[in-house]
Parts: sequence; structure tokens; C-alpha cells
Amino acid sequence: MPTTLDNWNPGKAESRHPEATYEEKERLFLEVKNDTRYEDFLYGCYECGICVSACPSARFYDFSPRVIAQAMAREDVERIYDIITEDIWNCAQCFSCVRCPRQNNPGGLVTILREVSLKNGLQESKDALQGYSRVIYKVMLKGNQVSPDMLQPDFFPDWGPWVQGFTENMHVWRKAIPMDSIRGLTDVAWRTDRKTLLELYTIWFESGNMDIIKELDESLYDLLTEVMEEELEEG
Amino acid sequence: MTENMTTVEEILERKSKPVIRDASVAPTEDMHDRLLELEAKGEIILQKVPEPYVEFTTKYGRKKKIPIEHTWHHKSCGHCGHIPGYASSILWLHRQFNLDYHDPTDQTSCTGWNYYASAASNAVGQAAVMSRNFAAAYETGYFPLIHCGTSFGHYKEIREQLVHHKDLRDDVRRILDKMGKPLVIPEEIVHYSEWVYAMRDKFAERQLVDMSAITATVHPACHYYKIVAEDAIYDPEIYGGQRTAVVTALLEKLNMNVADYSTWFDCCGFGFRHVLVQRDFTRSYAVLRKIETMINEANPDLTVTHDTGCVTTLDKSQFAAKAHDRKVGVPVLSDAQVAALAMGAHPFRVVQFHWHSTDWRPFLEKLGINWQKYWDEFQGDLDQIRAGTKSGITWEDADQPIHLTA
Repeated sequence: MPTTLDNWNPGKAESRHPEATYEEKERLFLEVKNDTRYEDFLYGCYECGICVSACPSARFYDFSPRVIAQAMAREDVERIYDIITEDIWNCAQCFSCVRCPRQNNPGGLVTILREVSLKNGLQESKDALQGYSRVIYKVMLKGNQVSPDMLQPDFFPDWGPWVQGFTENMHVWRKAIPMDSIRGLTDVAWRTDRKTLLELYTIWFESGNMDIIKELDESLYDLLTEVMEEELEEG
Repeated sequence: MTENMTTVEEILERKSKPVIRDASVAPTEDMHDRLLELEAKGEIILQKVPEPYVEFTTKYGRKKKIPIEHTWHHKSCGHCGHIPGYASSILWLHRQFNLDYHDPTDQTSCTGWNYYASAASNAVGQAAVMSRNFAAAYETGYFPLIHCGTSFGHYKEIREQLVHHKDLRDDVRRILDKMGKPLVIPEEIVHYSEWVYAMRDKFAERQLVDMSAITATVHPACHYYKIVAEDAIYDPEIYGGQRTAVVTALLEKLNMNVADYSTWFDCCGFGFRHVLVQRDFTRSYAVLRKIETMINEANPDLTVTHDTGCVTTLDKSQFAAKAHDRKVGVPVLSDAQVAALAMGAHPFRVVQFHWHSTDWRPFLEKLGINWQKYWDEFQGDLDQIRAGTKSGITWEDADQPIHLTA
């Protein structure tokens, strides 16, 4: 329906997602609002748009850090649900938006929204992270976000023939690096002690991190849990 | 009425003068005070910056101590995994001055890249990862020097959260107790590019390669100076104190022509999640907002930055844009690689140019470096490694500066 003076509602947003009840949307918002960091990230909004002018995602997507700060400040439950299901994965997390004169942190709000979305198993977040599971597996299990053997032509065709040349030479190139902590390694970025990795696994279990993984991808959760528990048992 | 109004000329005059900020009127609290309070209460161990250190001014006029040596090198996933010449250049520079450092194997990723990409963690998990790394550094007696811009920004933010939220400190301490580790926060969180900034005069004294023919643009890394903005180094002599001084100050010291461009504040397009699984955004942003703008406005021989994601994004995004006839072809290096090259580091054994995809050969040729000669030498190394007569390149092969010649 086009907006006219008769149906214009300058207050809170109308529901665009009837598949979820208002109570469910409100529950998600309260989970965001109750995060320890929420009050550090939101102080109100002048609607000046300085955050939007600096935002890379605003140039390429229908995305606005100003709308996020506004919706949060107004506690506009419907709009926040639109944001959590449609917008949050467009944010580049560069934090250019923190030049806000009210010292808001829209990028930080997006982080909390993403966390809540994952913890509650929202399908839109699972879709946005399709293809990303192998990275989570790597960082949680090996303690490195990326490794040389992840540079495969199938995954990086847009990086050109360099990737093909790299894969053909990866093993010898890795031996030709003077740093002891890197030399020769292809499945990790640097050498990490076993004790250190066990400490990392302890953090994942003790911090509640594994609950998030379970909601995101149950088979990834099973795989990670099996390997990490076995390693921790061995000690 | 108009007699009392500020004129345009007065505004331009004011803007032409360097900004010198007064710490006593800083708009944010001084984190050092809060850390000292927590230390006095016995809540944390505050790891002091070791001597020798140099003090510099940060954005709001406060002082920041930058250690020169006795540093624990908190490595970067992206450096070590995909741009190893970045990390080896940082250590090579330390070795040139016989500075004491420690390259640890009890360090994990900060996991910040994953967190910014997927949010598949939480505040407690992230703070515990940081604190475990800092405790590991403290146990060795060395002071953390953070290689990655994202780790640097992430840790600054986590430090604020730890300082302000007792429940978070309690949660982290409970996890650290299981490992027998204390809750340690360093007196300063230091990025390697701040160490490079501190060392720039020393580098210039030992410069072997004339860089005066080079025009370079600078991409300041978002997570260095946008996250907890007050903890980045500013200098009235550099951009009038209006932008961070790191990187630019080094290039000027090495006699490069640093050229400006209008989108300097824009991010590189990395996006954390985007660069791994949605690169249409990354490629478009890197080329249209950064590389092409640099070429149109400054036509640089090189662009220089100081973070993992920025080097990768700006470098690797240029290939696909050629198919669309976009203006590309600017090689990308980190400040540490530039400093090492200036001091005679081997282009392949140390700087590892072969891990960079945008054509770097014209840049080396403009410096008067016969890259083919050094590439052939490096190929000889690789042949020996393939033949099993050499296990790999070591510091013994790489330490000696070479008089790079045409």
C-alpha cells in the first residue's frame, strides 16, 4: 500500500513479518537490550546521518546505521525485527559509523543483533552464513581464522590465475619463509602448542560459545564437540 | 549583526593550522586511570610497558608508551596465512637492530575476524580469548605487540568492556582459573605500526633504496583508528594532526611522495564475512571507492596500509575488475614491508612479493631493483628445497641486507 497522509504512521513501524508474533519479536528485542554492552552502544540519535555518510554498506545495499540507532532508541519492535531478519548481515563491521556525535555504536548494535539472531536460530542468519562453516571449524579447532590451504581456485576464482599458481607451489613457498613459527605449515597460519589449543577449547565450552554453534549448525556442533571433548579428555 | 560572524577566511585560517589537543579537556575518560584503580583493588595484573619505550601523543592529547623491544609478537591470521612477508618483515626489522623479541607458539588468534564475520561467539568468549593470550605473554615476561589491526581494535574494545563490567571480569576470571592463569591487562595495547612509527628515524638512517621517485597513497585501517579512536597516534606534523600519523610519517621519512585522495576515510571493503563468502561487495567497494579513486586523483605507484584485511582486499580485488575495464593496477604493501625493502630486505626471501597478486614488478623497477635477479635467486632456493638439499629458508639466509641493484 502506498503511503499517503491518511495512512502515514510517523511513529513505529507496521508489521512486515506476520510469520512471527509481536511477543516473539519483543522477546528478541529485550534479549538485545539486556546485553551488557547495549548501554555502551546507544545514547539516542540526532538523525544527522553522519554514520550513513561514512558507511560502506549504505552505498551498496539498502542498509542504514541511522535506522538501526533510531529503531533501537524508539524501541520500535517491528522495525528491529525487520533489521534482524533483513539487514544485519550487510554490515561490513568497519565501525566507520562510530564517528557518531552522540557516540552511538551502530556497528556494535549489529554485533549484538547478530548474536541474538544466532542464539535464537533465525533462518535468515543461517542462510547468510552458508558456506562459512568451514571457517568457524578452522578458527575454533586450530586457533587460526585462515590458512594457506584455504586458498583454492574453486573458492577464489575472482582472484585470478595467481590462486592456481599458488596452489601448485604452496608447499615449497611455505618452506621458503624465514619465521620458525610459520615455516612449512599449510593447514594453519602458525604453529600453536597443544596445551594452548586445549585452553582455547575450554574457553569455547565455558563461555557458552558452543550453544551458539549448536543453534547455527548442528552437524558442525557435533563435529567440533566430538573432536574437542576427545582432545580435552586426553589432556 | 554580520560584523560578529566568523568569516570564511577566518575558518580557513584556523583549519590551516595544526591541531594541538589538550589532554585535560579530552572528551573521554583516560583508560589508564581505570586500569590503575583495578590494579590497586587487586582485580587485575597490569603489565607495564618495558623499557626502553617512547611516548607519543594520541588523538585527544594523551600520551601512549610504545615499547621498542622485549615484545611478544601477537601474530595475525591473515598475515601468517596469506601474506607471510608482512609478518617476516616485522621480525626482520627487529633483527636488523638486534632487538629482543619473542615469536610465541602459545598464542591463538584473537578470533575477532570470525566474530565480526559471523557473531558466532559472545562477549565472555571473546574477552577470555584475549585474556588468555595476554596471560600467556605475561608469563614469558615479554610485552604484547599486536600485528593485526582487527586484533588491536577488538582488544581495545574488550579492554573497555572488561574495565566497565565487573560481571564480565568475573566470568573471564572463572574461565582463566581453570587454566591457572591470572587476569592480565597490558598498560597499553600496542599495534606494530606504532612501533614502526617509533622506529622510522632509525629505519631512515639505514635506508639503502632511494624511494624519492615513488608516489604512494595511504589507506588507514579502520580498526586501528576508528574503534576506540582516542588510542591511535596523532601528530600535528602529519595532516595537521587531523588524521592518524602512522604509516604516512614512515613514508615521508623514507622520502616517498605521499599523495592524498578524497576517499581516504572509506574502509577497504573487507567486510569480514563479505571477503570470505560475499565478495561482490568487497571487490566493488575496494575498486570503485578506493583503487580507482586513488588512480584518478593521485595516480600512485603503490598504496600502503597497516592491516591484514586491507592488504588482502585492496590487492586481490583488482584482478576481476580488469574484466570490467576498471582502472586498476596499484600494488599494495604494508608499512613494515616498505620499511624492510627500504633497508635492503630480499624482495622474496623476506618481503615475499610472490604472495601479492597485483603486478608489483613496475614498482620494483621504478625503485631501480632488478627483481628478476632476485627472483632467480629465490627460485634457486626453491629448487634446493624441492630437491631436499635444503629444508627451507631460515633467518640465516634472510637476515643479511642486500644492496638491491638494477
